[in-house]
Formats: sequence, C-alpha cells, structure tokens
Amino acid sequence: MARTVEAKRITAEEIGYVLFLGALLVACLLIASRAWDQVMAIHAGVGALFSAIGIFLVFKGFSDRPSQPDQLVDGKPNYNFGPIKFASVAAMFWGIAGFLVGFIIAMQLAFPALNFDFPLSNFGRLRPLHTSAVIFAFGGNVLLATSFYVVQRTCQARMPGIVTPWFIVLGYNAFIVIAGTGYLLGVTQGKEYAEPEWYADLWLTVVWVVYLLAFLGTIWKRKEPHIYVANWFYLAFIVTIAMLHLGNNMSVPVSIYTSKSVQVFSGVQDAMVQWWYGHNAVGFFLTAGFLAIMYYFVPKRAERPVYSYRLSIVHFWALIFLYIWAGPHHLHYTALPEWASTLGATFSIMLWMPSWGGMINGLMTLSGAWDKLRTDPVLRMLVVSVAFYGMSTFEGPLMSVKAVNSLSHYTDWTIGHVHSGALGWVGFVSFGALYCLYPWLWNRKQLYSLKLVSWHFWLATLGIVLYICAMWVSGIMQGLMWRAYDKLGFLEYSFIETVEAMHPFYVIRALGGLLFVLGALIMAYNLYMTVQKGEREEPAGQPVLAPAE
Amino acid sequence: MSLFDKHVVLEKNSILLLVGILIMVAIGGMVEILPLFYLKSTIEDAKGIRPYSPLELAGRNIYLREGCYNCHSQMVRPMRDEIERYGHFSLAAESKFDHPFQWGSKRTGPDLARVGAKYSDQWHREHLSNPRSIVPGSIMPGYPFLAKNELDYSHIADVMRTNQLVGVPYTDEQISNAVADLRAQANPDDKAVDAMLKRYPKAVARDFDGDVTKVSEMDALVAYLQMLGTLVDFKLYDDKANLR
Repeated sequence: MARTVEAKRITAEEIGYVLFLGALLVACLLIASRAWDQVMAIHAGVGALFSAIGIFLVFKGFSDRPSQPDQLVDGKPNYNFGPIKFASVAAMFWGIAGFLVGFIIAMQLAFPALNFDFPLSNFGRLRPLHTSAVIFAFGGNVLLATSFYVVQRTCQARMPGIVTPWFIVLGYNAFIVIAGTGYLLGVTQGKEYAEPEWYADLWLTVVWVVYLLAFLGTIWKRKEPHIYVANWFYLAFIVTIAMLHLGNNMSVPVSIYTSKSVQVFSGVQDAMVQWWYGHNAVGFFLTAGFLAIMYYFVPKRAERPVYSYRLSIVHFWALIFLYIWAGPHHLHYTALPEWASTLGATFSIMLWMPSWGGMINGLMTLSGAWDKLRTDPVLRMLVVSVAFYGMSTFEGPLMSVKAVNSLSHYTDWTIGHVHSGALGWVGFVSFGALYCLYPWLWNRKQLYSLKLVSWHFWLATLGIVLYICAMWVSGIMQGLMWRAYDKLGFLEYSFIETVEAMHPFYVIRALGGLLFVLGALIMAYNLYMTVQKGEREEPAGQPVLAPAE
Repeated sequence: MSLFDKHVVLEKNSILLLVGILIMVAIGGMVEILPLFYLKSTIEDAKGIRPYSPLELAGRNIYLREGCYNCHSQMVRPMRDEIERYGHFSLAAESKFDHPFQWGSKRTGPDLARVGAKYSDQWHREHLSNPRSIVPGSIMPGYPFLAKNELDYSHIADVMRTNQLVGVPYTDEQISNAVADLRAQANPDDKAVDAMLKRYPKAVARDFDGDVTKVSEMDALVAYLQMLGTLVDFKLYDDKANLR
C-alpha cells in the first residue's frame, strides 16, 4: 500500500503573521498618505514596504518548507540556525557601522570642520546614531544570535514556530533601520539611549513580547529538567528590558500622522525614570545579557565547567536586585532629592560584590586551562573581556561616590568609563562569542585564521587603552580646570580654555577608535573567509550538557 | 538542606523564575520613583515659572531635534564654581514643564540652564551659524540652515494640546491663540504682542533672527535660548521654602 504523503497545510501561525502584517501594511499606507511631516511619510512608507516584504517571505517560506520542520534529525535536535546566522551577520555589519560612526564623531570633536554644518552630518544627530548602532544594533543582534543558540543547545530543543524566529530577528533589525534613519532626519524623543519615537517604540514592544514568548517556548520544550544559568541571565535581560522600555517611553503622540510625541513625565520625575532606564540598559542589556554569553561561551571554549554553581546563584539574584537601584547616581547634586541619589550611590557600591563575584566565576572557570590563553586567541579575547568587566565595574561604583562624581560628572571621564565597559567588556565578549558561533553555525572545523584573531585582539586592546587613558586625562583635567581658582579668588579658566585643552586627547581617542575599527574589519574578513573557505566539519556526536549543579 | 538546594525549584520552573525576576527588579524602581510624585521638594512651585510660549516651545523642539542635549547640560549644581560660572543652582520647578527633561549628562559645551539674556540675539545668530566666528576655539557644529529654514508651526496648537494632556497647564485660550502668539513673539511690531505678553509673562517679543519677513527656525531656537533660566527672580526667591 502506498504511503500517503502528509498534505502541507498553512499553519495558524503563518496566517496570523500574514493578517498582522496585512493590517500593518494598510495602517502604514493610511498614515503615509496623510502624514503631517515628511519623515512620517517616509517611515510609514518604509513600514508598508517592510510589511509587504514580510508577507511575501511568509508565503515564500510556506512554499519552500517541508510539511513541518523535523524536531529531531538522526536522534539529535534539529536546531533552527537560520535566524541565528542572520543575526550574527547583522551583528558584524552593524558593529562595523557603529564603530565607524563612533570614529567619525570622535574626529568631529577633535576637528569640528568635519561636521560640515549640514543637519544630517552634525554631531548632535550622529552621536545617537553611534550609541544606538553599537548598543542596540550590534549588541542587540549579538544577544539575539547567542540567546537563540544557547537556549536551543542547553534545552536540547528546536525553537518553537516557523515564522516566529524570523519575525523576531527581521523585526528587530527593521526597528534598527527605522530608529537610525529617524535620528538622521531629526526624529528623536530627546532622551539618551531612548531616542526612537513612539511608533518605533511600539514596534519594538511587539517584537520584544514575541521574543520573550519564543525564548520561554524553547525553555518549555527542554529535555533537561534544569534551566541552565545562562538562560536565567537571558530571561532577566529580556523581561527587565521590557519593563524599562515601557516605563521610559511613556509618551503621547501629537497625532498618529506625525512622528512627534510628548513625554508623559517631566522634569525631576522624567530625569529619574530616564536614569532608572539608562543605567539599567547598561545593567540588563549590556551586562546581564552578556553575562549569559560569558556563562555559556567561556566554559565551552575553555572546556571546563563553570567554576561555582553557588556563586552563579548569588551572582544572579544579587546582580539583578541591586542593579535596578543604581540609576540615580547619574543625578548627584541635581534637583533630584539627595536621598534618592545617595541611595543610588549606596547600591552602586554594593554592586561591587556581585559584579566581582561574576567576574571571579568567569575567570576561575579557566582553572586548569590557563595554558589555553597562549594558544587560543579567542579564549584570550573572552577572558580579557571579563577582566575589563571587572575593571569597569570597579570604576563605576567609584564614580558614583558623591565626592568623585562632583568632579567626574559632565566630563569625558564618564565617556571613558562607558567605553572601557563597552569596548572592553561588551565588545570583546561579543567578538569572542561570534568567533565561536560562526564555525558552529556554518559547520566549519575552525576559524579561517587564528593569527588574524590575534591581530584583532592586539589592535583592539591597544585601541581601548589609548581611548580610556585619553579620556581619564581629559576628563579629570577638565573637571579640575572647571573648579580651579586663581590667587585672587576668581575662576581661573574660561569654559573655552578647558575645551581647547581637550584637543590632543580627542586626537588620541580618535586614534584608539580607529584601531578598534581596524580590528573589527579584520574580524569581518576572517569570519567571511571562515564561511567561504573553511573546512567542513564531519558530523559527530554532540556533547550532552550536564545540569548546572 | 541548605538554601541553595531550594534554588532547584526556580531552576526547574520557568514561570516561577520569571516571577522571581520581576519581583526583584521591580522593587528598586518603585522605591526611588514613586515618592517623586508626591514629595514637596519635587513638585515644588516657584514664582514666575510658566509653560513655554508657542515660539519657545517650537524652539525647544528644534533643540531636541538637533540633539543639543548630547553636549549641553541644563542643570547647574550647587557648587561654588558652577554658581559663579552659570548662576543660581537649578530648581526642580524650573524644569517641571519640560516633557522630556533636558538636564543632559555631558558638558562638551557649557551648561545652558541660565544662558537666557546673557548674550544678544545677534551673538546667538552668528554663533549658531558659525560658532568659530565668535569663539575661535569652539568645537560646536555650525547650524547655518536654521536661519534659512522657515519654521513649520502649522501644528503648534496640537503640540500644546498634547502637552496640556500630560499636565502642562496651558489654557484653552493659549492654545486657540497659539499661531497668533507665535508670530507676534517673532515680530515686535505685531499688534498681537500685548495679548501674547499677557498670556506669557516675562516673554520677550523680538525679531530674534534679524529678518522680519519670515519666522525661521533660528527665531524659535534663539527665543528658547533667551528665556532659559530667566523666569525665576532670584532676588525674591526664598531658598528655604523648598529645601531638599
């Protein structure tokens, strides 16, 4: 008797996405046709185009796919790597774009003629483009890629959904495009790191909720009874970012036909909400998410178990509880009540402990494998990232002390501090993770060239050292110049004298940034060649992960 | 059985883990944010504070659009050098109608909280168009396009109404006269100037961009900069009234 071939039927999920995107398409066209301002017309048009592409992709996916994706292949989980590949390529692309814009604005501060005095090219619009490109575009895609990889591997299960994983990575990158082009065209809420306007925020909310559901859905399918420690950190990152995003972007659009909205909060309350958000974008986006990367990729690359299970538990709960309080240390001596900023500083100092606990847990994971640092530049990158994490989480609490903050606030010291964390910690741990991921995803034996990884490592490290040293000197110097008095009791320096004194350090900083960009370009070449020329790995048994105990 | 063994419960149940995370991350924010909505020092009133006039509000939106907050703070801290350099330390009341706040976090350029009335309109025009023509060592970008761009104020009343919705005490009269007030403030010969000044005490009606034939973005931005920090009269201000 002939076996009946299972008829391919369109799933409710696919129909749901088509209906949703169809409705969005209509709404976008309506808004585009009646938009009050040019930017809204452009963005609504882009939204309509993206929706149409989305609908096309759902149908194309339907016609290309077998009846249902297999959950198992040869008895092993059939992991969904397509969206992860997309996100890891996007991460590299946005990373280079973001670093490059960073280099450009660093040059603008050293040589202001480079602003060219056009709306699109001025520092005020490019700076948010830089911060969002590196944090949300580069960092966000690294987090999407690694979280989808780690949650599937540690749960031994394929992600749920056919369209959903693609919706998340493509939807997220659509958000990046809308936000970034908006900055250039002058669309902004005027809040640091929360510049995207109301419609981009709404879209991100939709994508983020789907992301949370897909992540949880994978955990629910897990074969392991325990949820691995990296997934706790990813979960905390996803949930808390949702909370912060909703809290800090409460705004009322002037009309649905304009990009302009008005924030619900004002003055002191808005400042507090902003830094509750701002500091925890660091705490949960740039720390918790990347700690999850540390907890998976460092043990994996070192081939050693996580140093201490108990330390992981303490680290996790202490970190997420304490971090959320630290925001008001950005508002010392302002119109915010003193108790609030003092409380923020107190918790910032307490944060020393979980931060260093996490660092120790990461570094000590190398116990018995330290020799690998000599031979494996990827592991070296991961380990140095943890060292930078330790350094910048030491510096942060220091700067939150009122006496230090009175000097450091408003100066380049803050910028240097952010970059020791962003370039050293987030950058290096991301590079390390991507160097691991590419061969795994494309099934290659190893990277194209470890020597190029070494070049990347040393160029980037030198770049970071130049960057942060220049900013320490310029920040502390400017802070001291602002408060300097002469013998007669007058302020010694005019403001512009303190600006002029910064010039050599701005040049050194730009040079450091250039080295960092060069390193990233070498990395992109290396990864490209890995995919193109790398030796294919013969399928072998996958190691089974032990539970976190 | 140690406490750590009990953690297994959370490790095996994603929903419990999720709820645990939510509780842990909710506490800090609630303790720090909620009191700010009822404490006296954060909802203080200071004599002279009023909502922005339509032209100032339009100027403030250009300040946002060009990302001025990336380099300029609007928050004078109570230290001797800052007070001598910039003026009286900033009050909470002075930004109470700022949706969003613009305190900033970096002083690549000087603080602007009290820049109003310090320089002439012409100084601002020249400086915004070509900063290095006025301050040779400046690293500020130039904004020559502001003087050329006509200000789009067709929806200024809608922006004010939205501000009213989120708590700025604009009167309906102020909103219905928004366009007339805006045009009057940029042209001192306009006959609606007196009515505008009545609605917005201490506002200044001047030809900010030096060109009466049009209302430019330069008019709006300079009008905004020239009013920053000028509303409270610190000769009369009682600094004990709102101790924080």
